[in-house]
Amino acid sequence: MDPILKVEDLKLYFRTTKGVVQAVDGVSFELVPQTAMVIVGESGCGKSSLAKAILRLLPRNTHTYAGNIYIDGIEAMKLNDEQFRREVRWRRISYVAQAAMNSLNPVVKVGNQVAEPLFIHNNLTKEEALNRVIEAFQIVGVPVDFVDRYPFELSGGMRQRVVIAMALITNPKLVILDEPTSALDVLTQANIMNALKRIKEEFELTYILITHDISTSSELALDAMVMYAGQIVELGKAGHFYLEPLHPYSQKLMASVPTLREDKELEFIPGQPPSLINPPTGCRFAPRCPKRFSACDHEPPMVNYKDERKIKCHLYT
Amino acid sequence: MEDQVLLQVKDLHKWFELRKWGFIHIGFVRAVDGVDFDIHYGEAVTFVGESGCGKSTLARTILGLYQPTRGEILFEGKRLQRLGRWYRSQVGYIQQDPYGALPPFMNVRRILLEPMVINHWGSKAKREKRIREVLEEVKLTPVEDFIGKFPHMLSGGQQQRLVIARSIVLNPKLLVADEPVSMLDASVRVEILQLLEGVQKAHNLGVAYITHDLSTVRYFSERIFVMYAAKLVEKAPVQELIRNPLHPYTQALLDAIPDPDPENAHKFKEVPPGEPPSLLRPPLGCRFHPRCKHKIEGLCDKEVPKEFEPGPGHYVSCWLYK
Repeated sequence: MDPILKVEDLKLYFRTTKGVVQAVDGVSFELVPQTAMVIVGESGCGKSSLAKAILRLLPRNTHTYAGNIYIDGIEAMKLNDEQFRREVRWRRISYVAQAAMNSLNPVVKVGNQVAEPLFIHNNLTKEEALNRVIEAFQIVGVPVDFVDRYPFELSGGMRQRVVIAMALITNPKLVILDEPTSALDVLTQANIMNALKRIKEEFELTYILITHDISTSSELALDAMVMYAGQIVELGKAGHFYLEPLHPYSQKLMASVPTLREDKELEFIPGQPPSLINPPTGCRFAPRCPKRFSACDHEPPMVNYKDERKIKCHLYT
Repeated sequence: MEDQVLLQVKDLHKWFELRKWGFIHIGFVRAVDGVDFDIHYGEAVTFVGESGCGKSTLARTILGLYQPTRGEILFEGKRLQRLGRWYRSQVGYIQQDPYGALPPFMNVRRILLEPMVINHWGSKAKREKRIREVLEEVKLTPVEDFIGKFPHMLSGGQQQRLVIARSIVLNPKLLVADEPVSMLDASVRVEILQLLEGVQKAHNLGVAYITHDLSTVRYFSERIFVMYAAKLVEKAPVQELIRNPLHPYTQALLDAIPDPDPENAHKFKEVPPGEPPSLLRPPLGCRFHPRCKHKIEGLCDKEVPKEFEPGPGHYVSCWLYK
């Protein structure tokens, strides 16, 4: 199958007063249609920056933005901003931002807000658009009469569903979900995960799920990517990552996940992730790694382990 | 000492009056509505519940920041309302958002000094010694590196350590921790919970740990109280509750928590429909009955369930166990 998204050597650096922050540093991966990839890592490891780089939502202090992105066969880097906005954003990829439920406009009725992408991208009339909104609300499980409500009249879970409806309204093929459930209660979280699963099957969507909540991510994930300090350290099937992580960082990360049903000693990762201004040469995890050895002073290659996953670590060369 | 009651809460109610235009009475938001429990010396208990179920109001009432509408709180057998300022030095508060809880214009030394100044604790030299002691205890070491820093210079985990240090600086007997790790990264969470456990064991503190995340509970406390719509619906020792949840709400809550397992992606979870009720006009009878799949017609929707004890130390407020 042709990949729906192919990213090659993507770099996104920011300019700050202290120096250049290498938020995304040489990331390459492919997504097959109808998969769901989860991107995990500590805060500040570049997960959200990667999403923004794919969507070309760049802040003003961007220093470097380079690499290749192929979205649904389109070479995105060749498009100018206006073409990208018209052809790609919301037409092919949509985005549910972090804490999106708090980013609804408080003085506009939610129905009108959800209809907005339709006015911009599909040139629909107001009536047609509102009909589509009602359909979308039914899909995500928001009562239809909520169309005329304001965001403050909705609970957190309902607002999150509204934002998801907004991401689905133009029938994109790829949806990027940045921490879609992190501020919600357990039962609401389970409800939204169920809805996301159902929608994915119904509309043959592809998801990228960005989260630091590993337990919840397992509800959706088919593929998994572990990021550390702006780079991919492990990339493969979700089953491999959850059951038998190989990179020392992934192993530590999994060992720090509290579980309800099995007994295990929890571990934590001592130290802090490195600054992305002048990151350490060699392996970026080496200062915190329990298994480091002499070779770790040199940058580890991306190893193809048994042709089933990629690991950036000298242990598997 | 071990089995003596440190904090006893009897039939506690905290209602907030809701008014229109400032004077027309609309009703009461019943944030805490008839809660009984006790905490022993050196015991860590957890309150679990969804947001809006009243657990933070309960915490603030225990801390003495709110006056209870009805019912009483006894600290070492004495009524809270009569204890006054002294009580504040006996109870430490760990806030949810460490950055919001630390004044940005004070450095670490000043932040830790403040409770001692307010409570007229010790001499100057003694205070300085105590600051170093607590910083060592929460492992903000070397102390010299941290003592002059301001909150924005610390990472989230270090800020939370500082909040813990501040809460124990006056040697309290009780700690109230309101979601102490929910704002932190997963890898730091464990570190902070282990630190909190260490502090609790070392000083034999009573701890009320408030959270919505059941999966961290086991690593910390001895008993769990499950709260739903302003009431405690189930009280049990941690292992017992996880192995044998009795209240339908607790069962749903436990079922909804995923363990990291790739199989999860291929199946759907059973979740009770609807949302928690409004605390302005809570449903008659059992507050969970509109969402409950085991409800008994004519009983659950009419009468408030009594508390039953189906197993030793395991209390549940549900008509199924009468």
